[in-house]
Amino acid sequence: MTSRTISVGALARVEGEGGLEIVLRDGEVKSAALNIFEPPRFFEALMRGRAFTEAPDIAARICGICPVAYQMSAVHAMEDALGVAVTGPLRDLRRLLYCGEWIESHMLHVHMLHMPDFLGYAGGVDMARDHGDIVRRGLAIKKVGNEIMTLVGGREIHPINVRVGGFYRAPRKRELRTLAERVERALEQALQVARFVAGFDFPDCARDYVFVSLRHPDEYPFNEGRIVSSRGLDIAARDFETHFEEFHVQRSTALHARMRLCDEPYLVGPLARYALNADVLSPLAKEAAREAGLEAVCVNPYRSIIVRAVETIYALDEALRIIARYEEPDASCVAIEPRAGVGHAATEAPRGMLYHRYRLEADGTIAEAIITPPTSQNQAMIEEDLKRLTGAFLHLPEDELRHRCEQTVRNHDPCISCSTHFLRLEIDRG
Amino acid sequence: MRRRILLCVGNPDRGDDGAGPRVGALLREAAALDIVECRGDASAILAALEEAAEAVIVDAAISGAPAGTVRRFDLGDEGELLPIDSGWSSHGFGLAEAIGLARALGAFPPVCVLFTIEGESFAPGAPLSAAAQAGAAAAAERILAEFAAKERSDGASFFTAG
Repeated sequence: MTSRTISVGALARVEGEGGLEIVLRDGEVKSAALNIFEPPRFFEALMRGRAFTEAPDIAARICGICPVAYQMSAVHAMEDALGVAVTGPLRDLRRLLYCGEWIESHMLHVHMLHMPDFLGYAGGVDMARDHGDIVRRGLAIKKVGNEIMTLVGGREIHPINVRVGGFYRAPRKRELRTLAERVERALEQALQVARFVAGFDFPDCARDYVFVSLRHPDEYPFNEGRIVSSRGLDIAARDFETHFEEFHVQRSTALHARMRLCDEPYLVGPLARYALNADVLSPLAKEAAREAGLEAVCVNPYRSIIVRAVETIYALDEALRIIARYEEPDASCVAIEPRAGVGHAATEAPRGMLYHRYRLEADGTIAEAIITPPTSQNQAMIEEDLKRLTGAFLHLPEDELRHRCEQTVRNHDPCISCSTHFLRLEIDRG
Repeated sequence: MRRRILLCVGNPDRGDDGAGPRVGALLREAAALDIVECRGDASAILAALEEAAEAVIVDAAISGAPAGTVRRFDLGDEGELLPIDSGWSSHGFGLAEAIGLARALGAFPPVCVLFTIEGESFAPGAPLSAAAQAGAAAAAERILAEFAAKERSDGASFFTAG
């Protein structure tokens, strides 16, 4: 028997720190394991004993790249517990804030983390020396996302303007209008990005994913919707824990997740959202997807870069729509009285669906908090990708094989900082 | 018009990571520089450098030197290079990567000096250590001295080799 171990000490261009070990026996991948060693961050425990009003700002600190997702899941779950509905312009502003986060996060991943894999560079800085115009264009689009975050959220990282029930301050109509021209320009640039990444040389592969995402009948999902899967699941967020469970594996400080009934790993994120919601993309985003050659369901994870580009087009298009119809609300937030209760919510971070549950005391003190980030949910499926896709690359020299393994992880833009962090790779060939 | 900036990098709520912003506070009234404060986010650093004709950057450092040690790096044309770990993530995309990216994109100011102040404690909520306070004061004095030297010379950059 011949065996081989491939080991990456620290996976590059992923969010956070951890390790990866792949064991090969007789020319086949025997196992693939993500070993997440970032210390746990205990955010759920940190929430206990704090006021419900503090949750959005504490949750935002989970991630510097996708703080809006954590804030939004927190405010929606609190409002579910407190019997409050936020509608009209305030709901639109929440969607606009989400647009900003998707734009900046997707463009950062597409250009600085994922694109170097396809153009043959060790990293974004090396790539920028030869492809300055491409990087400049990506950063220009990202900057517009940051500007939306700043205007609606108060600042571009860890927004401070979000509260349970709405916002501390609603932007003026004229403030939003000043953004429109730059968003339009960024939309033109994003269309160019989608055409550009569609021309990359992608490994030829297909995976039989179980996709899970939110689904809303009228809009591509950010804040609201039912949890659906490609296997026919269709549940409210409050039933998440009935159908999904997090569990501990010894090698990881981040919990894994699986579907309870079928004991299967599943995938959240752009591929899942697109597969389950492509019909509610805007006409422009649909046309961009068609032009980029995206099939109705994309099962090649390396092509996720195209889906991110299409979702960026959607976010910019949706931002323009929201800006055009925005009317200043009478109040920046809905009045809220604390009460005892349990609230659930799921929203769509750039990396995928995340779920929050809170139990509140009568005075609004948080008694219990459950936060399930997207990367926790995707860990098991990323390991499955490595088991099933690495085999096609075993003939490659060690360095190239190692790179392909890292790229296979990067396809899903894992955020170890959220789940906890990332990555070292070991390949055991025996 | 591109500006002369003093770019102060760091988080004042993280102990000695606040050394850069402390230098900014010390020089706010004293130097004819646009003071830009930044927590360390590479996008913000890149944006500030893109708009600068001349830049002084101040940041805390961990190099093993005694706490409070001030080091000076000339990063301008033909200047020193900071090591970049190509394995960075967007969470770890900091000063060195922003400088590398600005250089790669041709957006780096031709005159740029980096002062680092060695820190000893970066605990959340901690104040600046006495050593870092002294280092920040020393860095501020050196920046002022270089600025004064420039003012005395005709046409030369105010950042002299040091």
